[in-house]
Amino acid sequence: MNHPSEHSANRPRALSGGVPDLDKVIHERVRLAIVSALAVNDKLSFNQLKDLLQVTDGNLSVHARKLEEGGYVSCDKFIQDRHPRTEYQLTEKGREALNRYLGHMEALIRAMRES
Amino acid sequence: MHSGQPRRPEPSVIPINSQAEANLRFIRQTMERAASFTAVPGWGLVWMGLSALAAAGVSAFQPSGAHWLGVWLIEAAFAVPYGFWAMHRKARKLSTSLWSTNGRKFLLSFLPPVVAGACLSVALIRGRYDDLLVPCWLLLYGAGVTAAGSHSVSTVPIMGGAFMLMGALAFFTPMGWSSVWMGLGFGVLHVVFGVLIARQHGG
Repeated sequence: MNHPSEHSANRPRALSGGVPDLDKVIHERVRLAIVSALAVNDKLSFNQLKDLLQVTDGNLSVHARKLEEGGYVSCDKFIQDRHPRTEYQLTEKGREALNRYLGHMEALIRAMRES
Repeated sequence: MHSGQPRRPEPSVIPINSQAEANLRFIRQTMERAASFTAVPGWGLVWMGLSALAAAGVSAFQPSGAHWLGVWLIEAAFAVPYGFWAMHRKARKLSTSLWSTNGRKFLLSFLPPVVAGACLSVALIRGRYDDLLVPCWLLLYGAGVTAAGSHSVSTVPIMGGAFMLMGALAFFTPMGWSSVWMGLGFGVLHVVFGVLIARQHGG
């Protein structure tokens, strides 16, 4: 399994150069991983996402905020058992963006096979 | 520069379709790993725990060891298939399956100690070591849950550890405590951890 970090040597190259239609917000390794993980969970806490994606606090915060600003995820901050807790949830817009992105990837593969 | 010098090879270019395939693979793998967080059915465990509590109540008043064993075999005949069905249902809800990478890892870690426990039970009953049945069941079920929990949320291995602790304690109590230990283990622990998992991991 590739390490979902921006600095991973194994990550596929960014496709943005030749594909103008791709959603720039989720066409990034960590953000794509956050959206994918939230797509199969009602909600995930900050620590669960951090454990799952093996990223640093700072890295996760930055990318989660970008997704939040884009309206792709919602963030809920509250106190539980006297500890601050942050939970993320995929919004309808985020789910649609992931589905669109999956469609783009499949279309790319089809187009390359047909050419 | 010497014109006959062999040209430096072009840097390898990744075709766009293989990049897209790698991206799709990455999404699928991330989803599979993420699904392992919640594939254990919290509410399913609660129902299994409640049925075990009922079985503990019934078994406590059985006239013989054979009747006591019969109650728990009937309970197991309902609880085990229900547990797998609940897990399958939750996995499906999360767009994954028991046969996904993590589902297979979970089952392959959980089943060996449980199968060992079943075989050991036959040997213990035939050798008339009935007093060792409950501690062995709790210990080996706990071992299975702890091992499988390494592929799931942290609550699961903690539950497995609690089962193992109860199994170890049960070795030092008289046989008359069998129904109490079964109720505390398969009943109370399942209910408590089931509620925790359901609340923290979406059902």
